[in-house]
Amino acid sequence: MTEATMREQMGSTLQDLMDTDPRLAVVLADISTGYFERAAAAHPNRVIGVGIMEQTAVSLAAGLALEGFIPVVHSITPFVVERPFEQIKDDFCYQRLGGNFISTGASYDYGTDGMTHYGMGDVPILRTLPGMEIVVPGTPREFDVLFRAAYADGAPTYFRLAAQANAADRPVSFGQLEVVRRGSRACVVAVGPMLDRVIEAVKDLHVTILYCTTVAPFDAETLRAEALRGEAAPGASVILVEPYYEATLVPEIVAALKPRAVRVEAIGVPRRIVSHYGSASEHDADLGLDASGIRARIEAFLGVARA
Amino acid sequence: MTATHARQCEGSRPGVAAGGRGRGPRPERGAAGGARRAGVAAYAARVTVPARVETLMAMASGDEKHDPSAHSTLDILWVLYDRVLRIDPRHPRSEDRDRFLLSKGHGPLALFAILAAKGFFPAEEMARFETWDGILGGHPDRNRVPGIEISTGSLGHGFPMAVGVALALRAKGSDRRVYVLIGDGEANEGSVWETALLAGSLELPALRAILVNNHSSTRPLGDVAAKFAAFGWAAQTVDGRDHEALYRALTTPDPVRPTMIVAEIAG
Repeated sequence: MTEATMREQMGSTLQDLMDTDPRLAVVLADISTGYFERAAAAHPNRVIGVGIMEQTAVSLAAGLALEGFIPVVHSITPFVVERPFEQIKDDFCYQRLGGNFISTGASYDYGTDGMTHYGMGDVPILRTLPGMEIVVPGTPREFDVLFRAAYADGAPTYFRLAAQANAADRPVSFGQLEVVRRGSRACVVAVGPMLDRVIEAVKDLHVTILYCTTVAPFDAETLRAEALRGEAAPGASVILVEPYYEATLVPEIVAALKPRAVRVEAIGVPRRIVSHYGSASEHDADLGLDASGIRARIEAFLGVARA
Repeated sequence: MTATHARQCEGSRPGVAAGGRGRGPRPERGAAGGARRAGVAAYAARVTVPARVETLMAMASGDEKHDPSAHSTLDILWVLYDRVLRIDPRHPRSEDRDRFLLSKGHGPLALFAILAAKGFFPAEEMARFETWDGILGGHPDRNRVPGIEISTGSLGHGFPMAVGVALALRAKGSDRRVYVLIGDGEANEGSVWETALLAGSLELPALRAILVNNHSSTRPLGDVAAKFAAFGWAAQTVDGRDHEALYRALTTPDPVRPTMIVAEIAG
């Protein structure tokens, strides 16, 4: 495990950047204020706590962006994405303003707090917005790399932080799929924190693994190149493993491989009401998103006899 | 500061005697309007909206009559652009400008006509209102229309954006001001009251909001100035057709608090 959590990394990355980039400003809605105490003391005009008013937080951030600042709005997943969704859409995307939205809690890191605090719908709805960039880091260090690469690029960008992280940092680049290994039976696209369990699930299977930390814009070029590589091209079969609602990236997969026909197995959070209380790992196991659940789906999809 | 700025700078005009223009029948429009009021003939040219603005609106609508939401804002927008805002139509994105945000976005014809009258864009654009290649749509687009600060249409967005602009200007050490116009119908939106609560607790004297109350709200707003005052704003109610009262209200800041001017328009 990396030492810091993604959320702690957010605090240190942003506070470091605020010391050197006078355009960067943080808008908080009573969540994670303790992670920004140093910046709040050093740059009181650029750490703005509005209270529990997320619509206003996002619109206010757009006002900062109008004046040349690079705003960051942060809260728990449903409160920074779904509640102020129209503000993100109108005040950033339609205005063509750049800014950043960082969530904490992922799908069900607050796994004993009930569905109001879960956020499996974040990436699916943000994906509908033209120009929206979506980043799902797999480790704290990857957040740091990806945030620094994208925060000032003039586009609205969403960063999805999770309590669960992969054990090792990968050499990630914004906007690019990374080839973890190559095989011939299928192409597995593992998004963010799903990578470690995917590696475990397919350890004895001859499949390609592509690691995805930038969901939008999606790197269709690398997918196409890897899925159609060589004589034993695995491109007819793509297995998508996502940490939010299942099948979110299926349109990107199909579009990337067009006009080739493609079989897709989409593994992710099923659309159902989750009413148990437990840790994220317990929810994963219940929803078939631990390594063994992912393995079972892949075996069935590829017609592999169960070990 | 350009000559235009100096001319429009608040306080650069002679004061106007108070009184005599309380709520009453709406003055007639046009070049001759207002001149009949005793003792104010000298002000006639500037206490009414010039006929050419009405003509520009008619170019767009093809009609002498307009949507009430367009007309309710006409007087206050004219006072703002003619006398209050320090903004150069030739440099509508200059850092050295006062900002005006039309939060409600609805009925933008009056704003478009005034921007055209002031030279932000060619008057011919008014004839292309809501046409395929025109820059003027049913709601304003900041990426298409010179002088438009924010794209609006969905209610309750521009008001909190204005708070962000005011905070940004303060962080930059700017002395420019942010004027934002909301409607009484818009004040049904929860985000308006989030912002009322937020800005009422901030020291933002550069933020000057106008709520045009043409009594279109389904829910009665009651004494809306009192409500904003209760949230910590410097709030007052003025006749939304009375140019001198509007001018005084817009140019009389509170040293600490944001300002809310409720502009009453007879329903």
